[in-house]
Amino acid sequence: MMTRILLLVSLTGALAGSLGAQVSFDRLLNTGKEPQNWLTYSGTMMSQRHSPLTQITPENVKNLELQWIYQARSLEKFEATALVVDGIMYTVQAPNDVIALDATTGRVFWTYQFAPSQAARPCCGRVNRGLAILGDTLFMGTIDAHLIAIDAKNGKPLWDTTVAKADSGYAITHAPLIVKDKVIVGTAGGEFGIRGFIAAFDVRTGKEAWRFYTIPGPGEPGHETWAGDSWKTGGASVWMTGSYDPQLNLTYWGVGNPGPDYNGDVRKGDNLYSDSVVALDADTGKLKWYYQFSPHDEFDYDSVQVPVLADMQWQGKDGQKRPRKLMLWANRNGLFYALDRTSGEFLKGTPFVEVNWMNGFDEAGRPMKVTGKTPTAEGTLIFPGNHGGTNWNNPSYSPSTGLFYVGAWAGYSSNFVKRDDDEYTEGRRYTGGFQRSAIPGGATTPAPPTNTRNESEGYGAIRALDATTGERKWEFKMNDVTDGGILTTASDLLFSGGREGYFFALDARSGALLWKTAVGGTVASGPMTYSVGGRQYVAVAAGNSLFTFALRQ
Amino acid sequence: MWAFRVGTLVVAAGALLAQRSYSPGDVQDGQRLFLANCAACHGPEGDAVPGVDLGHGKFQRASSDDDLIKIMQKGIANTAMPPNNFTDFQAGTIVAYLRDMAKPAAQSTLAGGDVTAGKAIFEGKGGCLACHRVKGNGSRVGPELTDIGALRRAVELERSVLDPDAEILPQNRSFRVVTRDGAATTGRLLNQDAFTVQLMDSNERLKSFSKSDLREYAFVDKSPMPSYTGKLSPKELADLVSYLASLKGVEKQ
Repeated sequence: MMTRILLLVSLTGALAGSLGAQVSFDRLLNTGKEPQNWLTYSGTMMSQRHSPLTQITPENVKNLELQWIYQARSLEKFEATALVVDGIMYTVQAPNDVIALDATTGRVFWTYQFAPSQAARPCCGRVNRGLAILGDTLFMGTIDAHLIAIDAKNGKPLWDTTVAKADSGYAITHAPLIVKDKVIVGTAGGEFGIRGFIAAFDVRTGKEAWRFYTIPGPGEPGHETWAGDSWKTGGASVWMTGSYDPQLNLTYWGVGNPGPDYNGDVRKGDNLYSDSVVALDADTGKLKWYYQFSPHDEFDYDSVQVPVLADMQWQGKDGQKRPRKLMLWANRNGLFYALDRTSGEFLKGTPFVEVNWMNGFDEAGRPMKVTGKTPTAEGTLIFPGNHGGTNWNNPSYSPSTGLFYVGAWAGYSSNFVKRDDDEYTEGRRYTGGFQRSAIPGGATTPAPPTNTRNESEGYGAIRALDATTGERKWEFKMNDVTDGGILTTASDLLFSGGREGYFFALDARSGALLWKTAVGGTVASGPMTYSVGGRQYVAVAAGNSLFTFALRQ
Repeated sequence: MWAFRVGTLVVAAGALLAQRSYSPGDVQDGQRLFLANCAACHGPEGDAVPGVDLGHGKFQRASSDDDLIKIMQKGIANTAMPPNNFTDFQAGTIVAYLRDMAKPAAQSTLAGGDVTAGKAIFEGKGGCLACHRVKGNGSRVGPELTDIGALRRAVELERSVLDPDAEILPQNRSFRVVTRDGAATTGRLLNQDAFTVQLMDSNERLKSFSKSDLREYAFVDKSPMPSYTGKLSPKELADLVSYLASLKGVEKQ
């Protein structure tokens, strides 16, 4: 029986492949028409990580069983979300090996091995979070800040563009974003005094088409928000994938922390566009609007979270509800936001975890900071702590439930310590201080193998927020914190995991635990789902391996 | 265990003192190590570093096999030549390969051809793009050749053009499967295990089969590539080989 199914699967897969081998940009815009595939990092251009697949339901999810495991030949964190195109899975083995697998068996078709320069110095692991595909070409950013085009059929490189200097601290860790005939990436390195940017490259040639500096240069608006020469080394990195609205032709990207992280004295001003979302014209890279979540941040509150786009009814100031194009955002700074993604107008902001650095918003949507909440030589206790109320771990929005789901670090704080003697040297870490927390193992250090903390020291949770009010509807608690992304499905399932090494399914409406399995390593990736031969699979990377599940047959 | 170690040491010391002799298997092992570790700088012909021609015994600082082994292991200070973690035996097989390269039988008989003319033959008269791919042009069914000049010597390229069956690398083997309903697929074998087979078929599709669903499956011993013996003039052959040897992969920009 099993073998017959495999045959059917392979034939069906081949048929699908022959019908639509090329992944056109039109297919990327209309992923809802082919829910069997997962064609972009966040599932769709709206980045909701919500799948229309419904074969796995709250009733039968208890029958999920392991189908296959791919063990990476790498001991780095496995942070990538795989793509699946017509039965073929593509993913990245850290740091920068691309692998094509049979999505039903895990057998490898080909591997592209890339050896990044020894000069690469990513802050927080030699990691990669995924690929983009267009036509028959895959695109990967590398930890030594190259962008590489790879033939999806045979795994051979087509072009290799140096985006920035690895030995100055630049790196690329996120999956690129395709818009039309361009592939867009940003540069990490916010702890190394880089000057961040987002750039678009011609998909055929790898030639740069436009570049948007996330720190404005002399003469540009916003340059005055950086005292002296601090703009040259102000960070504002980009290390998570953006989103795209085809009607507005805007691409949205979250921007990282200003540098040095913990000493704002040397960069007086708001430090635009650090800790902001920027809306760029996808053809030219020109700034259409921005919103800054954390002006003059001193707590490393990167705002790199994937912008989640949603269309829903929104109550205006006149009390009437009208359809509105929104952007939903649970930020590292502990606040959940709704913005108008046409204009950038601030609509709502409300804490989703304990927050003590601000206590409300002014009329324009600017956070009002609490006096004295700033790093000092002795240390200042700030909620949320350095890792944030959430971090890069992918959120999800379900149009079915109307809820926004975030992997949160609840009740979590850090003591932020400022150092005045940190001077910029090219390629060296430049953070202006450090932080201490009751929760060990931030982005830069591995989590300990055991956990003896109590809840008052902070814990991990999946929190479900009403997307229109920010009100918490339910919470699923974990003892340990979470770096796991979230997937929801149209059958109202939610998949996620955490540092405890469980991968689990919750009822997306109630938060009830429906199924769990021990994967034996931290879930530090976004789960995804796909279907081959009429059978739905759920895949997640954990520890150093990729696990794939489907219903028992 | 102790006795065994002592014995090994004695043998190794003896080998270092004696002039070496190498088996054909040593030469093959050495070629693999050379291509993986040395060819990136020295080129597949061993002549890419100015003043050095490893395949013709032209070295800057070494002459004996033992000198070469030491340099491979320790590198050369203040030059681009790095130290390597080769055992004496591994480094010895690389020396074996270098010595073998210098033999007349291992040299291409073709003088330097015209790369541009060779490209025209590759894309025109030769019809090579029907199966091969270079920098995004051509078919993926046969071996991708974008970096073939960085991986293979001219003599090897010449031999492949004239006698494709002489050497088929494991990653380029053809495989044929027939499903229980009689559908046959022949393609380049990408991977296999006890239960499954992965191919690229003649339409460039990646396909995976369960062996229990196959009526038959087997390697195809012959290369699907035709021999160009008698089809190209000596000049055309030299041009074609020169073009292939010029293909060094995708350049970083």
